Amino acid sequence: MSLGQFLLNVLILGVPFSVALLLAGLGETINQRAGVFNLGCEGIMAMGAFVAFLPPYFMAGTPLEGYANLIGVALAIAAGALLGVLFALVVVTFRAPQGIAGIGLQMLGWGAAGTLFRRYVGGVTGVQGIRAMPIPGLANLPVIGPVLFNHNPLVYLAFLMVPAFWYLLFKTPWGLKVRSVGTYPRAADSLGIRVSRVRYQALALGGAMAGLAGAYLSLAQAKMFADDLIAGRGFIAVALVYFGRWNPVGVMGGALLFSLAQALQLSIQVAGIDFPYEFAVMLPYVLVIVVLSLVRKARMIGPSELGKPFDREQRI
Amino acid sequence: MNRPGRLAYNAAVVVAAAAAAMGIGAIVLAAVGADIMKAYAVILTEPLKDLIGVTEIVVRAIPLSLIALGIAVAFRSGILNIGAEGQMMMGILASSATAIALGSLPKPVLVPLAILAGAAGGAAWGGLAGLLKARLEVNEILSTVMLNYIAAQFYTFLLRGPMMDPEELVMGSGTPQTLRMPRSAWLDRLIPGTRLHTGVFIVLALAVVVFVLLWRTPVGFRMRAAGAEAKAARYAGIKVQRYLVVAMLLSGAFAGTAGAVEILGVHRRAIEGVSGGYGFTGIVVALFGGLHPAGIIPASLFFGLLLLGADMTQRLADVPANMVLVLQGAIILAIVSARQFMNNPYAQDRLARRLAKLFGRPERYRAGPDCPDPSDSPDPCLADERPDDGASGEASR
Repeated sequence: MSLGQFLLNVLILGVPFSVALLLAGLGETINQRAGVFNLGCEGIMAMGAFVAFLPPYFMAGTPLEGYANLIGVALAIAAGALLGVLFALVVVTFRAPQGIAGIGLQMLGWGAAGTLFRRYVGGVTGVQGIRAMPIPGLANLPVIGPVLFNHNPLVYLAFLMVPAFWYLLFKTPWGLKVRSVGTYPRAADSLGIRVSRVRYQALALGGAMAGLAGAYLSLAQAKMFADDLIAGRGFIAVALVYFGRWNPVGVMGGALLFSLAQALQLSIQVAGIDFPYEFAVMLPYVLVIVVLSLVRKARMIGPSELGKPFDREQRI
Repeated sequence: MNRPGRLAYNAAVVVAAAAAAMGIGAIVLAAVGADIMKAYAVILTEPLKDLIGVTEIVVRAIPLSLIALGIAVAFRSGILNIGAEGQMMMGILASSATAIALGSLPKPVLVPLAILAGAAGGAAWGGLAGLLKARLEVNEILSTVMLNYIAAQFYTFLLRGPMMDPEELVMGSGTPQTLRMPRSAWLDRLIPGTRLHTGVFIVLALAVVVFVLLWRTPVGFRMRAAGAEAKAARYAGIKVQRYLVVAMLLSGAFAGTAGAVEILGVHRRAIEGVSGGYGFTGIVVALFGGLHPAGIIPASLFFGLLLLGADMTQRLADVPANMVLVLQGAIILAIVSARQFMNNPYAQDRLARRLAKLFGRPERYRAGPDCPDPSDSPDPCLADERPDDGASGEASR
């Protein structure tokens, strides 16, 4: 295998790997721009992955089979939004400390997905999942075709969402509200913006995105569900938001960096270069710590009220 | 609100939080089609029915309380340690390597040495996160979570490779486990026929140590000050960054000790799955115990019961054991939500006015002696040592 072919394989493998991180990271960007740090992302993804898996699993062989994936994705989005609202209740209405509440949500989502999975499915079973949909014409281009235009529809959707989220955040009135409640909620409040309501909306949207990311993992990437399917991707997505400096485009860059690193590691293993498997699996987690150590200056441009509950009645 | 009113209010908050946590659990139980009352009854009473069950609760409470003590030290110092799971694994590795390598030493030397090695292993892993936070401002939650995943892989690597029992290689079975520890490294069993071991005394001793350290020494005072209000502590000349690292070193050391005690007392060799989620349950235990040793010990027994009960529901109520994670998550959410209402004069007053409106008794807002000073409101950090707002000074003295 030539070096060119090797690198092409890394790219072909890496682009779809980035999607789960990208979707969850975009949602988390909105959350953090609104001033809420949602560490429960991991748990929401687990729930999303599980509920998305159910329709294809149970509807296989029925006449409705063709719609099963779509229903699964819709269920995952709904479940994610619901968990996002639950989190909002805890951290916005009850003003609980966000870090520890996020860990609670993570345990809740992860545990619930695992419990329901064992009760209704049991062992590891594959599903048909979402199939690749090459874009006619473009998919046949050399290099660019297989790297960008020969994937399943969720991959295209995820990358289209990057400009959409950028526009939403920086060019729409709602985006301005989100940024204002994350930066200076007291001023936003005095201008008549309902801080709590905007944070609820942001968390619901962020949760829906995390649910969709989970659905992508179980339906498109792994095409199965397992307890440890998410494997820290929710936490990595949170870290990517720091890395991407709270900007959708930056988050996309981070997601691609991570997925390409992962693809590179897999390709090296496939190429037969001897390397302890466990160290290869460690790589993305080490990369997160390294990246977080390097981006500390980014704090300056982040939402200044990140992680701080807002109380209208408190005077300081 | 007057004093009995405040007490009734706080009691109502606790009841509401407990009901909310049980309610979330009930939703999941209903979703798996289980008999809700029966499942809760199995979880809460089944382990208490015989001696084995009771001792097994204590066996689980030992690592839980050690981890929770460490997490309490970290939380009180203003740093959230989610990494106990990884720190525990590093403790297990260090401790088992020491016990196996120095197996010829006499017991009174080897046991403390193996436990200290475990503490050092955990401290190194925890201190790393502390250093990253203090020097490079890396969010400690993210770094400790990542260090958990890294430690888990490292643990598997050593157990399958360099530290694997040579016999497994000869036999070709390849079970990832280390050599059995020499007898001189074992913690003795207290009751024959059960797994209850002398680690209990280590827990009790360390609980006292944590209390004395945090509430009776200048170092502990500085750590708590840094945790309660970092900015004020800095003005007072406390080196906040340094105490962050100290807190994480200690917190990791406790988790590492938990790992060492667990293998020296229970498994007698490092195997896969020793930590088994203790690191995460420890967080719940620490919160549930009010981040105080006197609360953590009973809390660890309660969660030991919960863990064992959840194992039993699989067989008796057809509910997968993962259910315990759901309950733990729900309990965390309920506790952190309830804290906002406990001893909160604003919330109390709001409720009083709402009730008054509801029952038609006009109660005006009075700024009299009954009305607590607004500065009495709970501090934003989790560190709140007051049992109730009235007798704070006396209680801690």
